Amino acid sequence: MRASLFITCYNDTLFPETGRAVVRLLERLGVALDFLPQQTCCGQMHANTGFRGEAFSQAERFVRLYRDAETIVIPSSSCVAMIREQYAGLFEELGNNDLREDFAALLPRVYELSEFLIDRLGVEDVGACFPHRVTYHASCHGLRALHLGDRPYRLLAKVRGLRQASLPNIDRCCGFGGTFSIKNADVSSAMLASKLQDVVSTSAEYCTALDNSCLMHLGGAMHRQSLPIKTIHLAEILAATETQPVEARA
Amino acid sequence: MSTHPILDPTRALPFPQAALPVLRNPQLRKNIAHATDVIEAKRDKLVAEKTDWQQLRSAASAIRAHTLENLAFYLEQFESRCTAAGGQVHWAADAAEARQIILDLLRRENATEVIKIKTMTSAEIELNPALEAAGVAVFETDLAELILQLGDDQPSHIVAPALHVNRSQVREIFVRRMGLANLSDDPEALTAAARIWLRRKFLTVPTAIGGANFLIAETGSAVVVESEGNGRMCLTLPRTMITVAGIEKILPRFQDLEVMLQVLARSATGERMNPYTSLWTGVTPGDGPERFHVVLLDNQRSSILGRPTERQTLKCIRCAACINTCPVYRQTGGHAYGSVYPGPIGAILTPQLMRMRHAQSLPYASSLCGACYEVCPVKINIPEVLIDLRAQIVDQQREQPYRLFDPMYLGMKIANLLFARTWRFRAAQRLGRIGLRWFTANDGWIHSLPGLGAKWTQTRDLRGLPAQTFRDWWAARAPHSDQPSGKEAQ
Repeated sequence: MRASLFITCYNDTLFPETGRAVVRLLERLGVALDFLPQQTCCGQMHANTGFRGEAFSQAERFVRLYRDAETIVIPSSSCVAMIREQYAGLFEELGNNDLREDFAALLPRVYELSEFLIDRLGVEDVGACFPHRVTYHASCHGLRALHLGDRPYRLLAKVRGLRQASLPNIDRCCGFGGTFSIKNADVSSAMLASKLQDVVSTSAEYCTALDNSCLMHLGGAMHRQSLPIKTIHLAEILAATETQPVEARA
Repeated sequence: MSTHPILDPTRALPFPQAALPVLRNPQLRKNIAHATDVIEAKRDKLVAEKTDWQQLRSAASAIRAHTLENLAFYLEQFESRCTAAGGQVHWAADAAEARQIILDLLRRENATEVIKIKTMTSAEIELNPALEAAGVAVFETDLAELILQLGDDQPSHIVAPALHVNRSQVREIFVRRMGLANLSDDPEALTAAARIWLRRKFLTVPTAIGGANFLIAETGSAVVVESEGNGRMCLTLPRTMITVAGIEKILPRFQDLEVMLQVLARSATGERMNPYTSLWTGVTPGDGPERFHVVLLDNQRSSILGRPTERQTLKCIRCAACINTCPVYRQTGGHAYGSVYPGPIGAILTPQLMRMRHAQSLPYASSLCGACYEVCPVKINIPEVLIDLRAQIVDQQREQPYRLFDPMYLGMKIANLLFARTWRFRAAQRLGRIGLRWFTANDGWIHSLPGLGAKWTQTRDLRGLPAQTFRDWWAARAPHSDQPSGKEAQ
């Protein structure tokens, strides 16, 4: 199995440990990973803020870059949602026929990490060990755009020592929303406070997700409030084993 | 309770500022969250019991889409059938014309008083102040609308307009305005007081104004769906009935109600069927109003119809399911939207009714979480429309001379340049790491940022940038790795 890793701009810059965990995890499962150094951003931030032409240029760059990739793995549900939900519309409006055809051929080969593990590799037990109490935050894009369903829970259920704590109001947004957290900072913070209450009520040691953007939002408030709970991307839990536990954050 | 909230998009504050008074009022936020949680839970339960809910949704969506694609045909059919049944159809291009038509009709009736069924369309055209200025006394007969009218307040929700008012506040309003000193805040006592107050009006006022949930083209009928029976009273006792409705309220066939009434009641109030569904066709001698007028309001709807992505906005049947599930509305309530149409549907409808000249902060009043689309019984892809409206706003901004002084605009343009070339992106990563060191505390976290970043750090910390990006780690490791690597194999 060969796969190309699209790490996403913010994981690359802010959460390299998630990328390292994906590499460790997938190579452990026998996947030959490739990383195209020309990659930058999927265009989601520009598209969702209304900068359509700019988003198009990034979307076009993505398709040109990954046209020949066998499989593309992306450890960020919102970036996958961007590609699945918005690329077609952007290419319809601003692209040419070649681009639309390339994209249509490419799209079925784009996988979010948990989809790749369960749907493509057919594994649920990835040999992980993480002896902690963990609650899973179903990010809006994972839940409603990708319909990840029980995939994350099935993966977590097979992690040795891990105890799952279910998060109340699982379908409610944490309030991040990209530039929403800046443009509507007060409303976003109120939504965040409400989500944090739910997370704290689980008494979990870790809050995990398949999207570091929600975790950056939640983790930022947890640190500000010195809460006894940490955020961690699901890839890092799945990469951890008895002999190689989670790497300490820088 | 907020006094005199401004629900006029030409004068209202931008959403982020308008939301502040509510965000700083924990009791009000609790009331709103509780009320929406209750309705949402009822809705979820009744939707879950319909095993064919997704098919019903698809059918409702298809009916509405088909109607909009053939709207001119069905409107003309409605006009001819309604006229044949003894009704009179009036066409209003905008709010001012609709108000004038209604005022002229009332003058012809020598009406000095009107009773009203709850209608958001009349709030949209700001009918009540115009009637009162012309010397016509207006009596709202829906309980929530009555509370707002007596309390000099504005609607904060399209189905439950007084959702933000609690019962002790209702008691206070009734005591003050009805002169009932001994009234308790028991809901039954409050309802009884309202019933006595309203019954006098039902029995004496000969002119009624209402809206329509649906207008049936095939038969020329109007449909009003309600819970209290006040609509039925207004349709039974008065001599004259004036219905004001947006042109999108049309349904092609009588049979379409089978689908629409099922999805509306379950989505709006979490009921299998609403208590009162009134249908009437023109006039029937000896039964109901002797004169029936329909004012069909355009007010920018036909311009919305002409835009392929935005057109779906007009599929809306005003059930408010999107409002009840919205995590933003849950925090802010309705008044922050500065319009009679709050919540996700308001965020897309209001700017379009204003031809994008006003209410430009509303398309950004969403985290794009998609909960609204998931519950919408007619499948309006609200996030898609929000993004399209944002793009229109940015396109307007592109023409403005001082656009580069807007930090968000400038930031987006620069980010696009950085993402276009790998070397630029890598340089920005390095420069960012160096620049942010100034703000990074000893614990490796950033607690305070200047400019737009301050909006983030007002409630959240940000981890300082790691010493090594993922791409640098990969580049350093790949040649030495003993793991299989796609690079060599390529």
